[in-house]
Amino acid sequence: MDTAITAKKKWWDGGYSPFNVSYGKLMMWFFLLSDAFTFGALLISYGTIRFSSISWPDPNEVFRSFPGAGEANLPLVFVSLMTFILIMSSVTMVLAVHEGHNRNRAGVAKWLAWTIVGGILFLSCQAWEWTHLWHEGAWWGRNPFMNQDGSPGSSNFTNFFFTITGFHGLHVTSGVILNIIILLNVLKGTYDDRGHYEMVEKVGLYWHFVDLVWVFVFTCFYLL
Amino acid sequence: MSAHTEETLSEQHGHSDSSTKTIWKTFWILLGITCLELVIAFIHLRFNFPSVIIRNSVYLGLTLLKAFFIVAEFMHLKHEVKNLILSILVPLLFFVWFIIAFLADGVSWKNLRKDLAPGHPQTEQVATPAQHE
Repeated sequence: MDTAITAKKKWWDGGYSPFNVSYGKLMMWFFLLSDAFTFGALLISYGTIRFSSISWPDPNEVFRSFPGAGEANLPLVFVSLMTFILIMSSVTMVLAVHEGHNRNRAGVAKWLAWTIVGGILFLSCQAWEWTHLWHEGAWWGRNPFMNQDGSPGSSNFTNFFFTITGFHGLHVTSGVILNIIILLNVLKGTYDDRGHYEMVEKVGLYWHFVDLVWVFVFTCFYLL
Repeated sequence: MSAHTEETLSEQHGHSDSSTKTIWKTFWILLGITCLELVIAFIHLRFNFPSVIIRNSVYLGLTLLKAFFIVAEFMHLKHEVKNLILSILVPLLFFVWFIIAFLADGVSWKNLRKDLAPGHPQTEQVATPAQHE
């Protein structure tokens, strides 16, 4: 159908996909919308509990360690590194999608591989942070950190922290697994046979969403 | 947007971001905003200068700005059809109500808790007439 349309396009009168994207991509968008509400619910419940608490631990006191830096007081440094890694992996993902548009198999494979490296690096950072906090006595149900007003902190703080960053980490993990599957398919030539690299775009959407959620987690837990 | 059908669509997509310039520009913007947040955090730690309310509002504004760039450029939503953009963004308006309602609930919960805390003056005022009866 190569109809040139001169008048205003009527999206809902038939003949077109009103959203102008494939079914799979649209469903990925709707899934991400629902996932946004899941994360939103978690973060808002965290906010509600925090607002209802008379005092709360100071994130700059809790998250001030860096691997190998011992007892040095380095608030925000490590989590900034994690943020940087995730943003960077988002960039490599867009570059993979971009190479997909050009149907450049080697390019897609290269950038996907870097994205996987970024994802694994991020997960390793999170594993270190969790282990470190665990050694300090923090876990679900126990909170060794004092509130800002000097009273003992409630386990609400650690429960929300581990649940929400854990849920996000789970998303990163499944993202890495999806990326690995896609990379294998790229190397096998599945998408060349199919004639397009749209699967890379779909998984790319998911990967950017994970980055997007981290932007909010970063603000809610480490900055505010 | 020129109107052709599905076959040319993928090519149009290809043309619209045929240069990787926008990608890197978006990257630098995101990195810049994150660095700005860190600068604000360290200034606040050292000088206690922007009050917490102003600091947090700035953080939230910058977070939304970052979210905009990720969704618009990386997820390409800005370059999709209006129908799709609205289908994704309009439901998110629920968050406006969620945030206001739940955080307000949190505040009122805190006030109740303060009022009922042992030794709090208001508790005594309530308790005193009760003892007379």
